[in-house]
Amino acid sequence: MSTARQYRLASCHDCGLLSKLPSGHGHCPRCGAALHFRKPNSMAKTWAYLIAAIILYIPANVLPMMITGSIVGVQSDTILSGVVYLWVSGEWPLAALVFFASIMVPMLKMIAILLLLITCGRRSNWQPQQRTKLYRLVEFVGRWSMLDIYVVTILAALVQVQSLASIAAGPAAVAFAAVVVLTMLSAMSFDPRLIWDPLDKEQEASGETHDAKH
Amino acid sequence: MTQSTDTAPLGPDPLDRLPEAKEDPPKKRTLQLVWIIPIVAALIGGWLAVKAVLDRGPEITITFRTAEGIEAGKTKLKYKDVDIGLVKSVALSPDRKYVIAKAELAKDTGNMLVKDTRFWIVSPRVGVGGISGLDTLLSGAYIGVDIGKSQEKQHSFTALEVPPIITSGLPGRQFVLNTKEIGSLDVGSPIYYRRILVGQVIGYQLNPNGKGVTMKAFVNAPYEKYVTPNTRFWQASGLDVSLDANGFRVRTESLASIVAGGIAFQEPDDSSQLAPAPENTAFRLFSDRVLAMKTPEADAEAFLMYFQESLRGLSVGAPIDFRGIIVGEVKSINLEYDPKAKNLRFPVEVLIYPSRLKARYRKGASAPMEAGDPNHHKVMNALIEHGFRAQMRTGNLLTGQLYIALDFFPNATKTKMNWNDSPVVIPTTPGSFGDMQNAAASILKKVDNIPFEGISQDLRKALQNLDGTIDRANKLVERLDGDVATEAARTLSQAKATLATAQQVMADGSPLQQNMGNTLKEVSRAAESLRNLTDYLERHPESLLRGKPEEKP
Repeated sequence: MSTARQYRLASCHDCGLLSKLPSGHGHCPRCGAALHFRKPNSMAKTWAYLIAAIILYIPANVLPMMITGSIVGVQSDTILSGVVYLWVSGEWPLAALVFFASIMVPMLKMIAILLLLITCGRRSNWQPQQRTKLYRLVEFVGRWSMLDIYVVTILAALVQVQSLASIAAGPAAVAFAAVVVLTMLSAMSFDPRLIWDPLDKEQEASGETHDAKH
Repeated sequence: MTQSTDTAPLGPDPLDRLPEAKEDPPKKRTLQLVWIIPIVAALIGGWLAVKAVLDRGPEITITFRTAEGIEAGKTKLKYKDVDIGLVKSVALSPDRKYVIAKAELAKDTGNMLVKDTRFWIVSPRVGVGGISGLDTLLSGAYIGVDIGKSQEKQHSFTALEVPPIITSGLPGRQFVLNTKEIGSLDVGSPIYYRRILVGQVIGYQLNPNGKGVTMKAFVNAPYEKYVTPNTRFWQASGLDVSLDANGFRVRTESLASIVAGGIAFQEPDDSSQLAPAPENTAFRLFSDRVLAMKTPEADAEAFLMYFQESLRGLSVGAPIDFRGIIVGEVKSINLEYDPKAKNLRFPVEVLIYPSRLKARYRKGASAPMEAGDPNHHKVMNALIEHGFRAQMRTGNLLTGQLYIALDFFPNATKTKMNWNDSPVVIPTTPGSFGDMQNAAASILKKVDNIPFEGISQDLRKALQNLDGTIDRANKLVERLDGDVATEAARTLSQAKATLATAQQVMADGSPLQQNMGNTLKEVSRAAESLRNLTDYLERHPESLLRGKPEEKP
């Protein structure tokens, strides 16, 4: 199997022109866009975004997500305390949903990206197809893990009867939104072709003679 | 892309016909800008962590008797109605006797956590001083905080059972009152000074030995300066009805104090102006005003008196009066056997306050009865020589209350004081009431001695004589009636006739009357002309010489 890189060819992201690019760095002869075989610095960017997301995941879970005020007092809830509250009050499905959507999904996403990064960093040949599927899943889930933020913002917008009840987004909401955005950016900056590159290298090594014929 | 023959437009080897891209010089490996993002995230996270640690105030534990109204995560701690903390957890103590609440305080509250900082639950409460904490009905109970003044740091506290009435910020002064029983007083009972509400009772406790109660009273500024070391406190609870040698009296402070009890204080009127008493000065709380205003017993001197008459009506506490000035009181009344006279006698122990006598002496002169004075005995002996005695007197005829009066009785039997006795006996003289009884007895005796029988016999004889005398008088009158009366009647009728004639002569219109009128007219005319003449002569005295001048036309 051959890839564009093996033929030293690069297609322009903007105008789609295919051109020869022996060194791997250059500009499109037609529109002048930057050309490269793989997303530049994909691994570094993905790592950077992921690390940032992991760091912010801590305050997102520790700080209060939502501050509800009513005449009997002010209460601030973290995501986990909300889950606990729902669970204790018998709303098990809702508790499970919030737990899954707000705690598990971002965490699994970060674990998935971490897994991809480590395997690609080590140029592993392990389960490339499954890993690609995982990448697709991470990409797909990306925009939907903002559920919590949606709920908080909508509630905050709706319930603002100042003297009786008020809901405000806590500092965790910002952190949580940042986590979601950063994981999305991380997934975006990851180049899934890196999963397959080690396989190509193997082929390259074995099929060098085949290439040379052309 | 794989080699394919389908893409015909590109010719036999399409790769050859592809355009060459403009190549860039190989890039040096530089630090990627993207790493700023995790650095920023780390900075934010670190800052949040640092802030959380810095914002974290001290944590304290408060022990409550019950957790009523306390809710973890909801109940606040308030000082002067400002939130300074939040209860984090509520749990039972290991021995299950108390409730231990852990609370996290705001950042800068470390200096508030001293040994005498007080905590209590604020909830709606109806007390003597009114209803408090109504706002907590809606917002839920909270924990009130009053910051102490101690320097000693402490992080675990025991909450007060009842809210303190006085918070430490309130200006004023606290005093300690010792009393035998608390009466109707309670925490929050008012304190009056000249019937103005100036403070409150803020607490009380039974003395450790079970005898007496120690109360804490708080007098608000600016009234605290009226409490001097000489001030007397007394219970103004309810109605103060007293019946003693001074009569029947009812005193009250205010309507509120009748219902709820209260304390009043005042200085004795005769005391000199003193500096205000310092904080926590201890005072004795008297049961009523009269007791309070008495000179303290400390400087009292005990004496003994023996009375002959009945002691009925003399009560402990009855005043000792020296010409209207109360100089002491009766301490005890006893009965004792006198082995010498082989008789029972009634010693009355009294307390005399020498200072009261002293206070009324002029400067420089020493008190006559002050113990320790070298002249003490001499002066006293001299007084006794002059008839200085104690006497029981009736203070109130209606109630029969007695008091003991000290006075001079020059006619009293001579006696001397025996200074070796303890207590010294003051000689007495029978009371006025006893005097009266003695006098009556002696009168009766004299009356008894009158020979009523002889008198009655004499009287009868005299009456018989009188009878004869009256008879004779009667006869004399009869004779007078017969002889003298007829003669007198005749004389009277003649006199009557004479008077009638005289009346006729003097009647209106009688010739005598007319003559008299005419004569008087003549006389007045003559007088007039005489006046004219004298007038004329006064104006023209010369006419006496020249004669009357010719009248000019």
